[in-house]
Amino acid sequence: MTKTFTLDGKVIPFEEGETIMEAAAAAGVYIPHLCHHPEFKPHGSCKLCTVNIGGRLGAACTNRAAEDMAVESETEALNADRRALTQMLFVEGNHVCPSCEKSGNCQLQAVAYHLGMLTPHFTHFYPARDVDASHPDVLLERNRCILCELCVRASRDVDGKNVFGIGGRGIKARLIVNSASGRLADTNLSVTDRAAEVCPTGAIIRKRHGFTVPIGKRLYDHHDIAEVPVAGMERPKRD
Amino acid sequence: MTEPKKLKVATCSLAGCFGCHMSLLDIDEKLFELVKVVEFDRSPITDIKHCGPCDIGIVEGGVCNAENVHVLKEFRRNCRILVAMGACAITGGIPAWRNNVDLWDCFQEVYSYGIGLENGQIPNDPELPLPFDKVHPINEVVRIDYFLPGCPPPADAIWKFLTDLAAGREPKLDYDMLHYD
Repeated sequence: MTKTFTLDGKVIPFEEGETIMEAAAAAGVYIPHLCHHPEFKPHGSCKLCTVNIGGRLGAACTNRAAEDMAVESETEALNADRRALTQMLFVEGNHVCPSCEKSGNCQLQAVAYHLGMLTPHFTHFYPARDVDASHPDVLLERNRCILCELCVRASRDVDGKNVFGIGGRGIKARLIVNSASGRLADTNLSVTDRAAEVCPTGAIIRKRHGFTVPIGKRLYDHHDIAEVPVAGMERPKRD
Repeated sequence: MTEPKKLKVATCSLAGCFGCHMSLLDIDEKLFELVKVVEFDRSPITDIKHCGPCDIGIVEGGVCNAENVHVLKEFRRNCRILVAMGACAITGGIPAWRNNVDLWDCFQEVYSYGIGLENGQIPNDPELPLPFDKVHPINEVVRIDYFLPGCPPPADAIWKFLTDLAAGREPKLDYDMLHYD
């Protein structure tokens, strides 16, 4: 017998050791997320995937599925929390969609669309953040960084290069580069690295590829992120 | 039978590019339908300089100087429903890129060192509004009732939004009409 739990009343099968997020994705059910990526170890930092697990709140990407547990995700209260978290991400950085190459293909923007965010609501921080354009093929635009650490995980776990890290604490936390100069050009990062293309926002982007897809044909122009498997993270459908 | 009373609408552009107003005009022939149900008060379309009591006020652009604040407060005082239209009104937008550049450096770059400038000088007429050191979204200055995102919001989104409001419905945008760019 396959073990199951319920997610918003729907019966979800799972294999021992799978997280709620993994089991839900395999069953084709979307739980909003930004720092989660099926190829990498869970990080549990963005908290967007917070679900109600039998009366307690927990991240779907870090909590393991268990037999007969009742999980709620699509509730008004949880989506209001997710919207507020997304709004905070917007005001904490400098996310200027009209001038961003990633617009239309950005997961932060797409999650905000999914949650029906009409305004970032909170007072904008307009933080002063450095841009690193030193690398010949890759731009590091810290104004758009949401500290999901996907590039950190990709560079460390897949590329084996350890190019990125997070320095500082709290509001001073920032993406740093592992070279004596702190510049991307002085690392061995290559444009073909997993770390160079895993960024869910426009913080790490390939140079000379901006605005190549016209408005109307981009990933999320007509499709909600819940319906669009992100490139490279197609959900492993179970037979 | 008397015709139903028209809704009074006022619009203005603060620190914006008038792109949102262009998008409003882009509803094309639906403008004829629009003017059957609304009457424009203060607006770049009418060139009326100050608004009286209105049902709906639509504000494009963020707040970048003292005059913007006066206009915005006039709108808030007079408009029953105040709408922030477009990325700049909602987030500060492109003009807010200058928020991390010293204002004096900004002026020098534009008026003294700009390409092709000869004998450039920084404007200093007392009639010019006092610029702020940072650009702000309008909801940081007055209470806003509705937000209509986009850069600009598509004409269809503006049409849907206004007709919803005019009909007394809660405005709701379909997925295709919700864009931040």
